[in-house]
Amino acid sequence: MPLELVANVTIAGLLTGLVYGLMALGLSVIFGVVRVVNFAHGEMMTIAMYAAVVLFAAFGMDPFIALFPVAAVFFLFGYALQAGLINPFITRPEHTQFMLVLAVAIIMVNGLLMAFGPDARNVPVDYALDSFGIGPLLLDKVRVYAAVAAVAAAGGLFLFFKFTPTGSAIRACADNNLGAKVVGLNVKRYYALTFGLGSACVGAAGCLMVLLVDVTPVLGPGYTLLAFIIVIVGGLGSMAGALLGGVLIGVSEALAGLYFTPSAKSMFSFALLILVLLLRPQGLLGKRS
Amino acid sequence: MNRIPQQPIDANELAQVTDVGRRRFIAGLGASAAIVSSGSLMRPAWAQSTLNVGVLLPTSGFQAFIGKSCKLGADIAPNVLPGLGYGMPIRLMHADTETNVDVARSRAERLINDGAHVLVGAFDSGASAAIAQVCEQKGVPFIVNIAAAPQITEQGYKFTFRNFPTAIDLVRNGLALIGDIFHATNTVPRTAVFMHVNDTFGQAMARGIGAILPRLDFLPFKVVETIAYDPAARDLSVEVAKAKATKADFLMLVCRLNDAILVRREMVKQRWSPMGIIGPGNPGMYEAQFYNALGKLSEYCMSNVPWYNPKAPLTHSIERAFRKSFPKEKLMFHALNVGFTVEAIMIAADAYKRARTTDAKALADAIRQTSIANRMMIGGPIKFNAKGQVEGIKSACIQNLKMRPTVVLPAASAEAKPVFPMPGYRKA
Amino acid sequence: MLLMAVLTAALLILPAFADTYILSVAILILYFAYLGQAWNVMMGFCGQLSLGHSLYVGVGAYVSAALFVHFGIQPWLGVWAAVLACMAAGAAIGVLAFRFGIGGVYFALLTIAFAEFTRIGFDHLRWVGGSGGFFLHVAQREFNDVLALRGSPAMFYYVMLVATVAAFVFCAWLLHTRIGYYWQAIREDPEAAQALGINTFRYKMLAIVISSGMSAFGGVFFAFYYNNLFPEQIFSMSRSIEIILGPIIGGIGTLFGPILGAAVLTVLAEGITELMAAFGWEIPGVKQVFYGACLLAVIVFVPRGIWPALARCLGLESRGKGPRDG
Repeated sequence: MPLELVANVTIAGLLTGLVYGLMALGLSVIFGVVRVVNFAHGEMMTIAMYAAVVLFAAFGMDPFIALFPVAAVFFLFGYALQAGLINPFITRPEHTQFMLVLAVAIIMVNGLLMAFGPDARNVPVDYALDSFGIGPLLLDKVRVYAAVAAVAAAGGLFLFFKFTPTGSAIRACADNNLGAKVVGLNVKRYYALTFGLGSACVGAAGCLMVLLVDVTPVLGPGYTLLAFIIVIVGGLGSMAGALLGGVLIGVSEALAGLYFTPSAKSMFSFALLILVLLLRPQGLLGKRS
Repeated sequence: MNRIPQQPIDANELAQVTDVGRRRFIAGLGASAAIVSSGSLMRPAWAQSTLNVGVLLPTSGFQAFIGKSCKLGADIAPNVLPGLGYGMPIRLMHADTETNVDVARSRAERLINDGAHVLVGAFDSGASAAIAQVCEQKGVPFIVNIAAAPQITEQGYKFTFRNFPTAIDLVRNGLALIGDIFHATNTVPRTAVFMHVNDTFGQAMARGIGAILPRLDFLPFKVVETIAYDPAARDLSVEVAKAKATKADFLMLVCRLNDAILVRREMVKQRWSPMGIIGPGNPGMYEAQFYNALGKLSEYCMSNVPWYNPKAPLTHSIERAFRKSFPKEKLMFHALNVGFTVEAIMIAADAYKRARTTDAKALADAIRQTSIANRMMIGGPIKFNAKGQVEGIKSACIQNLKMRPTVVLPAASAEAKPVFPMPGYRKA
Repeated sequence: MLLMAVLTAALLILPAFADTYILSVAILILYFAYLGQAWNVMMGFCGQLSLGHSLYVGVGAYVSAALFVHFGIQPWLGVWAAVLACMAAGAAIGVLAFRFGIGGVYFALLTIAFAEFTRIGFDHLRWVGGSGGFFLHVAQREFNDVLALRGSPAMFYYVMLVATVAAFVFCAWLLHTRIGYYWQAIREDPEAAQALGINTFRYKMLAIVISSGMSAFGGVFFAFYYNNLFPEQIFSMSRSIEIILGPIIGGIGTLFGPILGAAVLTVLAEGITELMAAFGWEIPGVKQVFYGACLLAVIVFVPRGIWPALARCLGLESRGKGPRDG
């Protein structure tokens, strides 16, 4: 196998993995704090992808700019979803929460199908087919931009959690729910805020993802599963873990496609998940609970 | 066994079918009244009953674009048939397979239950294989419009008929045409990389190529690597990188539509310009959506597929009906899909005309006796062999030139000369 | 009692009156009721959430179909091989998960991962057709042959009816054995159960092995009823979810829940299709949105399922109590 090919494929996998990471970050934040299995995560990203398609078609808005309004709207949407629908279910058993979110996911997928039809859409930006050539390496321009944006967004979120009072309060809710209540935090409000933030993440990730893949309504469930794999591999509640997990999955799928039959490549993600669950159930960067 | 509700059988058609009894009664009254009043006996009594033709196509899902393209053919068929001497009342019942084998099967059962006398469909090999089983079990004739997997007519089925080449024939014709391309352009490529979609059709084609290619010593090239990819793949960058790394002279690509678009785009991103991209007998690169999605990038791709005869009388009547019903579309972008779909419905009408009954067994026997010379697609007359397969359907080499499918081989019916090697892509 | 008798009689003579469409819907209901019952053993009785039950259905279907196609082994024999294979698969997953203390959502994701892993594996297994599909030979039959699972829809209906009733009786019996009580203890509070001296590992293993073995028969039925298998379809996650919707809507941990849930959901799905057709709405997705909304309504308003609520209304004591809510 020529080295140049391996390098090219690895880097492409790494860049895609960072965008996966941003998507998973949203889930990690929600799952880690609210403890709700957001089985509509991929579906939410698909909605964001369509939003980027519509904004581009209507106003010629570049997805890198569309990212901001979409993330803002998604924040509000996530906040409303948690405050209105999910909060009453917080104390219910897991499978009930799961069913609730699943019903929302079914409505989302098919709402998109009603609105946009089953056909694949993409955003034909004029630099879509450009590449950077660095020596023997050939980097897909959109992929590089998207990865950089994903890292920037993740960094922003990290700073928010580290250095703002709200961020610290949310972390307190995640670490010790009861304690947070005792010191007088309005836990349900912070849950809604968290869900909003996680949704904003996935909204931004959707705008970036639409530059890499064509969107169809049925993409949702696949991405939901992918996000869960990444979060569990990386470690629940660990922000760096989500990015690491994304990169790991991105690179391992790329290399599996290279060395084995490409049609079997996602088998490796599942194998990785099974291995991590068995050997290090808290995830690579997760804390042991 | 899919419980989450599926796309229904076309609602208007369903409404017609559910009160078929009443309609039949009224139609009977009308017909007898006509006979009494005018004394005309032009219309034979048996023709009063209507032939219900169930049409199953993937009008949503991964293959939605091709399914919709086929449906254009089904839509114009009722306007074309009377002019060919098939004036009997025929009702089409549409159902969407959603590019899903399970749904195809349950829709087929539903159509038969709702009174379909014969089924037509279903573009996709997997769906067609499943429908063939339903029809065999229920004893209802099934006419395949497009589906190439050989096993569909290799199971000894009594009720399945196919007016489309098998993967083996497609590959044989397609590979021979590849030789012709090289001959016509004085090129001698030594290596090819073979990419194929990993589904029922793609696997059948891959098997066919594996069996036939080694025996064709007139072809100068060897397949250096075979790359199978997931039909639902979202991103084919690794696959294309792998193909590029083989440094093969040209790409042999067995694809569908969406994946064809992904591959072509990715080739430009990775700056890979082989001598050509040749489909040895598959859809994808001559579909209307391929041109829409890719624009200039669609240029020079080649497909060695069954094609239509622009000079055939049937083509002219289809063209007329098509222009009238779909003034915004051009037949040439839908020719293969429309052609085979209209022909399939015509086979049903023809059998009904001879059988004079909607009885399934009689219809199947009549289909077996089919002999139709007036056809749109290039090839001998439509005649089914003992397996229910039409033989002798020819392929042509279609190249995308000036943003439209253009016949470049065989030389006798060529509209232009093949361009091979293809010029590299340059950003406008 | 009278109600039960009428219902039983109606179920027994249904094929004599129903047209093929009604019959196929009835078969679908029984099929999902049966699989829901099997899943319920794990989740409803023992509290282990599996989201990958399509794995057992698929393996069961493929094993029996492969034995039949490649070696001519009839399904009445093949079914035992299928059940054994699925029990082995279930046991393997159980050992890995329960030994390593994986529970809750993590266990659910592990089951999905195994199902998906197997799906892709079967996509590449040439021996059983790969992603191209695996086809059983079909032909029209004048007579019914139950042992070979070849015959009319009415025969398949009765086969599934017997299986569903048998599963019901089996589960009712299980619930009243020591096993059943231990399961419910584990479901309510695994740590307390452990403290009471219950070998939770062994009883969880028992649940997964019984549940997977029962699911295998569903797969065998599927293979011979539909005669074609595609890994994309039979192992898909949406199939797993379809299996679990019935018991959750009907009432988790109850005996009637899976049956009632399957009936409600199937009739709902078919009803929506009919309704949309009647209104002439052809927009793809409308029905599924409506379906999702109905699902949402049930979860929000009767979160413990329809059967417990119905039983309370009818003044019946629900047999086999559902898990504690909240």
